[in-house]
Amino acid sequence: MPNILDARGRSCPEPVIMTKAAIESNPKGSLQVLVDSHVAVENITRFVTGKGYNVNVEQVNEEFTLNIKK
Amino acid sequence: MGGKRKMFIYGGIIGLIAAILMKMGNPGNMGICVACFYRDIAGAVGLHRAEVVQYIRPEIIGFIFGAFIISIVKRDFKSRGGSSTLIRFFLGFFLVIGALVFLGCPLRMILRLANGDLNAIIGLVGYLVGIFIGIQFLKKGYTLGRSIEQNKISGYIVPTMAVVLLIFLVIKPAFIFFSTEGPGSMKAPVILSLVLGMVVGAVLQRSRICTAGGFRDAMLIKDYHFLWGIIGIFIVNLIANLILNFDSFHIGFADQPVAHSNHLWNFLSMTLAGLCSVLLGGCPVRQTILASEGDTDAGVTILGVIVGAAFSHNFDLASSPKGATPNGKIAVIIGIVFVLILAYGIIKNNNKIKSQNKEVIKNA
Repeated sequence: MPNILDARGRSCPEPVIMTKAAIESNPKGSLQVLVDSHVAVENITRFVTGKGYNVNVEQVNEEFTLNIKK
Repeated sequence: MGGKRKMFIYGGIIGLIAAILMKMGNPGNMGICVACFYRDIAGAVGLHRAEVVQYIRPEIIGFIFGAFIISIVKRDFKSRGGSSTLIRFFLGFFLVIGALVFLGCPLRMILRLANGDLNAIIGLVGYLVGIFIGIQFLKKGYTLGRSIEQNKISGYIVPTMAVVLLIFLVIKPAFIFFSTEGPGSMKAPVILSLVLGMVVGAVLQRSRICTAGGFRDAMLIKDYHFLWGIIGIFIVNLIANLILNFDSFHIGFADQPVAHSNHLWNFLSMTLAGLCSVLLGGCPVRQTILASEGDTDAGVTILGVIVGAAFSHNFDLASSPKGATPNGKIAVIIGIVFVLILAYGIIKNNNKIKSQNKEVIKNA
């Protein structure tokens, strides 16, 4: 089971900081991040792909789930 | 197209438009200045009575329209709010006090630098120091908390405010003040300002460029994406000024338009602006764009900016080309102390809640 991080409603740059802390604490594990804005999706995607992770984004209504793994 | 190049082009469009607006009549090195423009609007509606800085700047209306329309089209528009609203008001309030002691928002600081005003370097160093301090709070757990979805109608209030301002601008009722001399009287044609403002608003909404975010991300997570936008603003504005505004281009500290050379206060005032911008999650222009796409917290931040701008002139806090005022210096110090205490208090409280939650989990 991946760790789940709920960053919904957090304003920039908190979702990225939270994601950074989560992948640093468990670099090899998979992570699911919940956000509710396009900006957060873009920022997290840019950050984690820059760190060599793969991201898959699922959208349900106005909420997004980013599935992040090495 | 690569992300960096795209950001550079987006920033370049803003830099070009700023040079055109200056060429077409806006004050020196003030093709765009969010703090100054809100200050002018505050004066136009009579919140302050400094006669030389009163005008309903169509650029601000344009930013809001441009960002609002494109956010609807691209489905970015979402009414949200409820994240430490009163704190955001006061961060906006002190941010603009800092900006008006320096004489320009962070965006104008870049534009001033691109037209040879070296005082802006001092401001930039101060701004970076402010951002660095803000980052230390972010690292220690600073947060203004979650926003939640709001009634859709609340997201339309800021765009509606822009419509009302446009009506006032066009029909100019007796209770609206427009400067007949000074920076407030210097303006590009209304239609041009409005249309170019809309382009800037749309570009900023799509690119998410933020003058604080660009530096913050570079320092915090080594992400230079937004910094390329800032570099684009600077370089294209510099080139465009050399072509369009060559008469006013001069490198130096002295005799720069709507600027002063009190280095200490240029530094400290922008430290305050940088600190407030990071704690808010974005600079004044970014707050304007967010407010236009339904973020009611950013809307309240803008109200803080407008009220702070009015106080700046009512209490003689804003600088003039002669330099910073005694009241302005005191206000900057008070602002820095206030914001530091605020941020410290937020961290302390957040950490207390976190450890209490851990206790609850442990005892469960």
